[in-house]
Amino acid sequence: MEIVAAKELTHEFPGRDENGDVVGTVKALRGVSLQIEKGEFAAILGHNGSGKSTLAKHINALLFPTGGDVVVCGHNTKQEENLWEIRKSAGMVFQNPDNQIVATVVEEDVGFGPENLGVPTDEIWERVKDCLKKVGMYAYRKHSPNKLSGGQKQRVAVAGVMAMKPECIILDEPTAMLDPKGRAEVIETVRELNRTEGITVLLITHYMDEVVFADRVFVMNEGELVMQGTPRQVFARADELKALRLSVPLETELSDELRKLGWNMPEAILSRDEFVSAFLTLPWKKTPGAAKDVKKQALLKAPNPAEAQNALSFAEPQKAPKPPLLELADVSYTYSAGTAYEMHALSHVDLSVGEGEFIGLIGHTGSGKSTLIQHLNGLEKPTEGTVRYQGKDIHAEGFSKKWLRGQVGLVFQYPEYQLFESTVLRDVCFGPKNLGLSEEEVERRAKAALELVKIPQELWESSPFDLSGGQKRRVAIAGVLAMRPKVLVLDEPTAGLDPRGHDEILGQIETIHRQTGMTVVLVSHSMEDVAQYADRLVVMNHGKVAFTGAPRQVFSHVRELEHIGLAVPNAAYLMTALREAGVPVGTDVFTVEEAKEALLRVLP
Amino acid sequence: MLREITIGQYYPAASVIHRLDPRVKLVGTILYIVSLFLFEQFLGFAAALIFFFCVVVLSRVPFRYILRGLKPILLLLLFTVLFNVFLTKGTVLVQWWVFKITKEGLYRGGFMGCRLILLILGSSLMTFTTTPNQLTDGLESLLTPLRLLRVPVHDIAMMMSIALRFIPILLEETDKIMKAQQARGADFETGSILARAKAMLPIFIPLIVSAFRRAFDLAQAMEARCYRGGDGRTKMKPLRYRGRDFVAFGYLAVYLLAIILLRRWL
Repeated sequence: MEIVAAKELTHEFPGRDENGDVVGTVKALRGVSLQIEKGEFAAILGHNGSGKSTLAKHINALLFPTGGDVVVCGHNTKQEENLWEIRKSAGMVFQNPDNQIVATVVEEDVGFGPENLGVPTDEIWERVKDCLKKVGMYAYRKHSPNKLSGGQKQRVAVAGVMAMKPECIILDEPTAMLDPKGRAEVIETVRELNRTEGITVLLITHYMDEVVFADRVFVMNEGELVMQGTPRQVFARADELKALRLSVPLETELSDELRKLGWNMPEAILSRDEFVSAFLTLPWKKTPGAAKDVKKQALLKAPNPAEAQNALSFAEPQKAPKPPLLELADVSYTYSAGTAYEMHALSHVDLSVGEGEFIGLIGHTGSGKSTLIQHLNGLEKPTEGTVRYQGKDIHAEGFSKKWLRGQVGLVFQYPEYQLFESTVLRDVCFGPKNLGLSEEEVERRAKAALELVKIPQELWESSPFDLSGGQKRRVAIAGVLAMRPKVLVLDEPTAGLDPRGHDEILGQIETIHRQTGMTVVLVSHSMEDVAQYADRLVVMNHGKVAFTGAPRQVFSHVRELEHIGLAVPNAAYLMTALREAGVPVGTDVFTVEEAKEALLRVLP
Repeated sequence: MLREITIGQYYPAASVIHRLDPRVKLVGTILYIVSLFLFEQFLGFAAALIFFFCVVVLSRVPFRYILRGLKPILLLLLFTVLFNVFLTKGTVLVQWWVFKITKEGLYRGGFMGCRLILLILGSSLMTFTTTPNQLTDGLESLLTPLRLLRVPVHDIAMMMSIALRFIPILLEETDKIMKAQQARGADFETGSILARAKAMLPIFIPLIVSAFRRAFDLAQAMEARCYRGGDGRTKMKPLRYRGRDFVAFGYLAVYLLAIILLRRWL
């Protein structure tokens, strides 16, 4: 039985120009037809702006078709009298965890839906208790939502929807704003509900690893449904997915690469185990041969078993290769010292940032990363210890903070939320203008910065609020680059972007680093990212530096990293699995390129 | 800095005052405030003080914590006292240039100071012992008669509770935006008043944009959860008077009686 059916669904809205006058129409959805069966776990994939969220809002009757029909549990969304029945049957969880929690106490928020439905008090309590238990948040029922992590908030939101006893839950990018731990929490919860409660799930996302378990995957592009099928069928079309700004899981990508080189790998491998058993059927060699078909970069990083052994015994933190540009010496930072809310965000941190380095700063949420980077440009003052820039104490009297902030550019998380000027160009000018430069110089730098982040010139005079999410992000980064900092510090610059947007931003940062020699400190949750781009990693845990060193040194501490809730890149896990199956590959392999090299070396 | 303001915050504790029905506490607070304005003698304040201390002891909120609630109004308090001390006409005690301290002024200054202190402490005790949600529920229930006059009581209560939920989020956001603009070299601390006011634009514009975005998101999330105003809505935590609430009303009646008697006799 189908729960949701869309037939030739079209959604158009009038497009507006700068003055708010109607010019033509924007087609957000163009004739989408799909069916979702009862009990199914369906996923909709698509890049930012592909129309997938618009589609979700139609299923919840938050939007109404301008053409075609949407039928939810037998009710057409066009008939107004069906509205509440539809919203009750198809509950919706949104992207931003903060903006969907209504009440100030967890249990009251879960009770909000049933209250609206007029459920009797006793039953509300029962449902709230039941649903909070199902999402594993019962222990937090009396907490304020503000004190919960992102993943916990989303689980509360799921419970809030469940309490309305829906037939189907629609999740609109529920994990886009979460860290890896929160993402896993939410996806696991939803899968569990689908398995044990038989609830129909429609998950909208651009993370491919979240849809591997789905029964059916729909792929959207430019308001149209361009692919549908099982994850296996969809992932078999890896190249097409990439063209749609999406990606495929590591295992799928590697087997694809091997197949292109003529090896007999099955299409669309979805898991590590599948990859290992498929690889074992190939005529692999017991002794690895010399690297072949190597690019220069891969050659430098080529895995070498002896080196791996070395790395494993390497425990001492490595010194920065060049004289430090920025230095934190024994820095501690305590919030609300002397009160009941006292919290040690940083304790005795020593860190030096050498000129021209590309540092990856990793650690889970709350490990002190964000506090640490705010010490780099003097936004926070250490409770203890000193911060030195070019050997000078930045909190000494007479040291210009404004100058320092021009030298150490800091890009916060979701920097697009700080845009405020009437045009893109003027917004980018804000930073250099504050440095007191001449008008010509300000404009010159702003234009150069916009070119660096590849914002086309025709957008320079438009309002920053009219740009797409990815463009806004790049404009905001340009706003810091325009100050020509020596050090660029970025806090999760790719958060919430689709796979292509993610690669574009990181690629541009890497290019800038290479071309201008700018020192970069990249804060990230993604081990894959720091493995690919950083020369040195700094791992934070509980306000302390847990490890520092070259990526392969740090990643050799697999167990310790897992112990503090982190992991090594996926490629390393795949290699370990292969090695355990007897294939002589090195396990210090961290990027897709490296993994491909390692595999080719054991193939004839 | 914003973190240190305790007034209006909830202090969790398992006390009988915390468990009282919010309507009782609201009525009690109103009675207490009215009484402060009815007393014209220090002796009346003694009665209010006794009443206040009884509630403090029962509430198990540390007295030091309650006192911290005075911090943000210290300046206001100082002005009130000084204005009264210097500007009340009467028998001059000390005179220096145009400033005169009169006997009546000292009395009035002390009197107004006491009134203000008792007022703030008493009303902050209300918020310390009542969660914002209970407070809005209590207000909604007490104001229900106004619905006859077509006052949208439910909607006002819902707006209040949403505001309370989003205040900490928006404060945090303000802090974040300020830091982000400082990281771009913005300066909020130096320059003329006009320059400083202008420097606030890069904070206010993103903050307003964000507040609207959040409002839009929240409205959509509420609609998706079938919110359609107060009609036909049930309550997860309906207000019900219990034994202790009637006892508390009894004590309030005693206090009311004390006020009336004190007014008569003094």
